[in-house]
Amino acid sequence: MDNHPTLTLNGRTVSIRGERNLLEVARQAGIDIPTFCYHSELSIYGACRLCLVDIEGRGIVASCSVAPEPGMVVRTHTEEIRELRRISLELLLANHEQSCTTCAASRSCRLQTLCRRLGVEKVRFHRTQKERPVDHSSVSLVRDPNKCILCGDCVRACTEIQNVGAIDFIHRGAETTVGPAFGKNLAEGECVNCGLCATVCPTGALTPKPEIDAVWRDLNDPQKTVVVQVAPAVRVGIGEAFGLEPGSIETGRLVAALKALGFDQVYDTSFAADLTVIEEATEFLQRKAAGERLPQFTSCCPSWVKFAEQFCPEVLPNLSTCRSPQQMFGALARVTLPETLGIDPENLVIVSVMPCTAKKYEAKLPKFQTGGRPDVDHVLTTQELAVMIEEAGLQFRQLEPQSMDMPLGFKTGAGVIFGASGGVTEAVLRFAVEKVTGVRLSRIDFDEVRGEGSVREATISAGNTTLKLAMVHGLRNAHDLADKVARGECDYDLIEVMACPGGCIGGAGQPVPKELQTRAQRTSGLYQADKGLQLHKPQENHLVAHCYQTCLGDVGGHRAHELLHTTHQNRRRINSRGLTVLGQDNNSDKLKVTVCLGTGCFLRGSHSLLNALTERIQQHGLKDRVQVSATFCFEACDRGPNVRMGETSLFRCTLDSAWDAILKELEATPVA
Amino acid sequence: MDNISPAHEASCSTGPAESTATGHTSAELSATDLETQQFNTVCEILRRNNNDPARLIPILQQIQKEYRYLPEEVLTFIATPLRLRPAQVFGVATFYSHFALKPHGKYTIRLCDGTACHVRRSTGILNALYERLNVDEERKTTSDQLFTVETVSCLGACGLAPVMLVNEKVYGQVTPEKALEIVEEIIVKEKQA
Ligand code: SF4
Ligand code: SF4
Ligand code: FES
Ligand code: FES
Repeated sequence: MDNHPTLTLNGRTVSIRGERNLLEVARQAGIDIPTFCYHSELSIYGACRLCLVDIEGRGIVASCSVAPEPGMVVRTHTEEIRELRRISLELLLANHEQSCTTCAASRSCRLQTLCRRLGVEKVRFHRTQKERPVDHSSVSLVRDPNKCILCGDCVRACTEIQNVGAIDFIHRGAETTVGPAFGKNLAEGECVNCGLCATVCPTGALTPKPEIDAVWRDLNDPQKTVVVQVAPAVRVGIGEAFGLEPGSIETGRLVAALKALGFDQVYDTSFAADLTVIEEATEFLQRKAAGERLPQFTSCCPSWVKFAEQFCPEVLPNLSTCRSPQQMFGALARVTLPETLGIDPENLVIVSVMPCTAKKYEAKLPKFQTGGRPDVDHVLTTQELAVMIEEAGLQFRQLEPQSMDMPLGFKTGAGVIFGASGGVTEAVLRFAVEKVTGVRLSRIDFDEVRGEGSVREATISAGNTTLKLAMVHGLRNAHDLADKVARGECDYDLIEVMACPGGCIGGAGQPVPKELQTRAQRTSGLYQADKGLQLHKPQENHLVAHCYQTCLGDVGGHRAHELLHTTHQNRRRINSRGLTVLGQDNNSDKLKVTVCLGTGCFLRGSHSLLNALTERIQQHGLKDRVQVSATFCFEACDRGPNVRMGETSLFRCTLDSAWDAILKELEATPVA
Repeated sequence: MDNISPAHEASCSTGPAESTATGHTSAELSATDLETQQFNTVCEILRRNNNDPARLIPILQQIQKEYRYLPEEVLTFIATPLRLRPAQVFGVATFYSHFALKPHGKYTIRLCDGTACHVRRSTGILNALYERLNVDEERKTTSDQLFTVETVSCLGACGLAPVMLVNEKVYGQVTPEKALEIVEEIIVKEKQA
């Protein structure tokens, strides 16, 4: 017996080992108390009342909200509790749109599981809610408020972990829903498409947006040659959908399944990840040598990039200009594959399988198109692929493993560990340390950068150079670091950011993790896969080297930039009308001056500028000729404070420069 | 949270109007330009409350006093200095029934459309009001925000049908003519004020 204090749980003595509530104590003891609104990584909400337990002398309480005390006598399924839980579920079901058989969340729905577990057989209550419109606006997610049970998990995930705050509870009483500000659609606001809300949602109210039908259509079109790239994290996630252990490496069966589905060529995003490392590490070493734009932030996570574009204008120049591996692959495949495969470029369809919902958004950005066509035509999540495999009736576990196609299916371990938090950093080190020292690197593993913590740091020396590194996951952590960088309070050289917990292996496109340790198992799967490969450094990938010779030219050179790099743009956070501050009327002859009050410009004092400008215009009696309004972001936050006058933009605007511009403009336009 | 240094937070008050304690007393401005005055007042409200997100509710209350409702653009604007997201501000604003998200008139006319009133031709009164005030079922508030016209189902005064409520005051056995009279009276009174 250990020295931990104990309590009695269903007649059994169990230890208390610092758990924050009774629910955790019970789970440690192997009793899974049902919950809707509890997530070990989020704050405690205590609203669903499913986690009820009976404490002797205290009666029935919500176990998620009660700290364990020594000597407590706790029971988890008395008759009364069973009845209460069942009523809760029935009440939830009464207002829940019951389209379970066709619901995208059917496989992972906790509402269904719990109804089964708790033996709910009929619903004694009547539906009281009106049908609400389903939000299809986002390219990454579908939001169906009719299936929402108001547990608030999504709200807390989006705010507490991602610091995006795109959704919240709105209205009250029976009208309450969860949604974006002002009843807008998800696509009109700050949502960065990370999908964390969908991962934590216990029902089908938030689900990844499927692209399965479009992919089937192309697969069934004999004209088309359909190729697919598979991201590193998919190989250690897909098995879970077929009852295999999390983290089991399923590369071979994955390829076999894709071939059986009709994909003509199966390639590896890890090939492009090798390429990404070479480009990104080279860019990093150049910046390090020149001492500029440091720390360099990674740019392979599209949620992070959108987040930085919206919320971190000050560090946007510090982001690597590298495209993500998905988009590097897409650009390269568009250019090289028609010749390699001897096909008409028109008929080449490029699909990716990703652990991620944000990759759907990324693939649809206009900047990632070649000749008006997206470099990546369709993005499937791991979950969607599992659905297709099932639909086709393939017995995944019985498939005979196959290998990827060449050349774009060849990779080193560097491109594989990309899928775990710390993996990008480690891959960069495998390249950069060798480059800096000029000596062949014998050690491959950089254990210093591995780990599960959501904010980690490491210092690595390479010859005379010391590299200070930080690895974060969760965008709130990233935001905190970015703020520190903007204030000059930290001296990192490289900061790796991934939005999802644990990195891509924890992406919202993966099968919903059943246990907390699932993510760690997937991560160790990736490191295992690295071990199992012959090569581990991206510079050893001879097919990547060949690609530079035949198509890309120099590393970081002109052609490489065209195909492999991008620019990041300031992005407005919300579509909202502006605010007229002075002289609103229907007189269209007025000179229209608009001052930006978005976050970036606000921080640079656009607000005082607006006030001062209004004042001066009034003092000079020009109110009848000038109209002043405020708006929220011109998407040029790095040059703020910004003012727009008619068609002209005034960057880094001051009261005097704005005033001069206004006078000049008024002189040019005679009074009507 | 957004990195907003104290210096910038203070910037919310460095505008011209704050030499006079509130936007209201800044006579030349407010008399000539409603929007400018309102905007300055919002800034003043934020300043008085130290841009403190914990004071969101009093801030919303004061803003509603100024605009008589909570305009979307204003909520978007205040989110930044309060270091909140628009969705969070909107969430709080919609939680309390006291807050109006659509413009609301100084005078709310509630016309009963319960069975008794309906039978006694409340529809005619409604149409007369709609026409006189240039509002309709969708746009319930006059552009000068003096009146909002709403229908309610049964005010529980069927004996007086048709019944009309102006703010708290009840009028019984209303005819279209009588309703318009009441409205005209208010307009005249407001003009004099
Ligand atoms: S996808 Fe991410 S950013 Fe968008 S609402 Fe969900 S949690 Fe928030
Ligand atoms: S959308 Fe899902 S996670 Fe969010 S409150 Fe509704 S049921 Fe809970
Ligand atoms: S899990 Fe405890 S109240 Fe919801
Ligand atoms: S905040 Fe984006 S341009 Fe002003």
